Amino acid sequence: MTGKFISIEGIAKRYPGAGGSTTAVFENLWLSMARGEFCCVIGHSGCGKTTVLNILAGLDAPSEGAVIVDGQAISGTSLDRAVIFQSHALLPWRTVLGNVGYAVSSKWRSWDRAKVRAHAQTFIDLVGLTGSEHKRPSELSGGMKQRVGIARALSITPKMMLMDEPFSALDALTRGTLQDEVRRICLETGQTAFMITHDVDEAIYLADKIFLMTNGPGAVLAEVVENPLPRDRGRTDLHRHPLYYALRNHIIDFLVTRSKSFTAEKPDHDPRNVPVVHIGKPGLTIASGSDEQRQTWIPGTSPGLTA
Amino acid sequence: MNASLRLRAGLVSIVLLAAFLGIWHLATRSTGTVATMSPEYAKLMGLTATQDKSAMPGPLDVGAKLWEHLRRPFYDNGPNDKGLGIQLGYSIARVGTGYFLAVLVAIPLGFLIGMSPLLSKALDPFIQVLKPISPLAWMPLALYTIKDSSISAIFVIFICSIWPMLLNTVFGVASVRKEWINVARTLEVGTFRRAFTVILPAAAPTILTGMRISIGIAWLVIVAAEMLVGGTGIGYFVWNEWNNLSITNVIIAILLIGVVGMLLDQILARFTRMVTFPE
Repeated sequence: MTGKFISIEGIAKRYPGAGGSTTAVFENLWLSMARGEFCCVIGHSGCGKTTVLNILAGLDAPSEGAVIVDGQAISGTSLDRAVIFQSHALLPWRTVLGNVGYAVSSKWRSWDRAKVRAHAQTFIDLVGLTGSEHKRPSELSGGMKQRVGIARALSITPKMMLMDEPFSALDALTRGTLQDEVRRICLETGQTAFMITHDVDEAIYLADKIFLMTNGPGAVLAEVVENPLPRDRGRTDLHRHPLYYALRNHIIDFLVTRSKSFTAEKPDHDPRNVPVVHIGKPGLTIASGSDEQRQTWIPGTSPGLTA
Repeated sequence: MNASLRLRAGLVSIVLLAAFLGIWHLATRSTGTVATMSPEYAKLMGLTATQDKSAMPGPLDVGAKLWEHLRRPFYDNGPNDKGLGIQLGYSIARVGTGYFLAVLVAIPLGFLIGMSPLLSKALDPFIQVLKPISPLAWMPLALYTIKDSSISAIFVIFICSIWPMLLNTVFGVASVRKEWINVARTLEVGTFRRAFTVILPAAAPTILTGMRISIGIAWLVIVAAEMLVGGTGIGYFVWNEWNNLSITNVIIAILLIGVVGMLLDQILARFTRMVTFPE
């Protein structure tokens, strides 16, 4: 994890409102990610999370500012940045193999049919859909469809994966399995991942860094929370980690109360130097010029642990 | 369950047909009251006057005549006496040509309009004005400019089948799901490839629905157009037989127009089913 692989520099998104005025979803947003990092964004609906992701993907252009990926400002979409859509967005007239193959043949235009097929098959096997290659999306369950979406995104061997609430439409059991798979695949392939989620536990399980956004319009990136849990965390004993509840409570507190009041409480919030919160390490906490104890959770004092 | 439903529906259909034919037969049969008149005058007047027979043919007359036509569908005894197969063939050929030309124009143009908001807005007033014009209103203009009645009929078919196809193509192309377009965009698929691999398959069911509406309208219009231009075709046949006062032949023609129209519709329905995808 070195340097800034992805750097969002002062982007804004404004929409023309009624009577010639403009509404800014967010202004002057700065954010950076290192190579191989898994980042989750949490915030309420309407705070512009999806807009940020679309700008990163190149599907949408910022009204102001730039996005630098690997040292280069992006313009438009790229095969280096794969998107996993919330609604899976599979082409219903193509089979599983056809959908993945479509992505593969888009990336490697000169490949012949057999090579495209073999490459697509590798990724279908990777997500555990061996045997369903010739089914159409309408014959698959929600979880299987999303697996195809993941296979399609991975098959083009992107430099980063962008995920817009990829598991929100799935039942809890399927979601858990897919989270495991995404985590395994990202760790194995060293993917840089940017994921939008509403699920605090999903963010804690998957993310290295969690971005907390305040409510829109005029949303800001309030805090970057470093995940204190070890990288080789397991789903089953996640909640036994001494810092788990501290982290969870911090995020939930933010979502429940502080996401609304943050902008009013912190008028001097500097969007270029967003405070980084290190749960459980008081010495490292940057409490950006306030005496708020809340920023630091000491294990054992957390109400979450005694509850 | 399903089979028994189909069986019962078939039975009801047969009963309805039998009832219709029965009432028709009863309503048109001769009552047999013989009017007294001199035999020569009676010969001149025919059964309608002598035996109080209805001028409307009964189902048996129509059936016998139909059998006669079906046995010799392709005879040609000169301009006013051709087999029904030949007449229908002329009509189908005209509809086919005009319709095919309309497909060639409407689908690419519809694609262009659907993909370009500028063209869509710019051409909208023209389409709105041209669409509601009865295709037969174009006939004098076509006859005057083309100076060929048969090609004028084809032009009328062309102009009447173009609108449903054009509008459905525009609608189908413009309403392709944004997420499918986004998939193509994130995969850096070029405009041309995107049009053929994403937009065409996604819009195909809507386009085919437009084509199905068009073939129906074209078949409706050809009868009227051929009545006007004359010469050949099933529409001309109907009008010619009306001038011959052969109601039997008119009824047979009506029946065949219906059957051919249904077949054309079924062919397009099959194509529509081929391109429809379940979601």
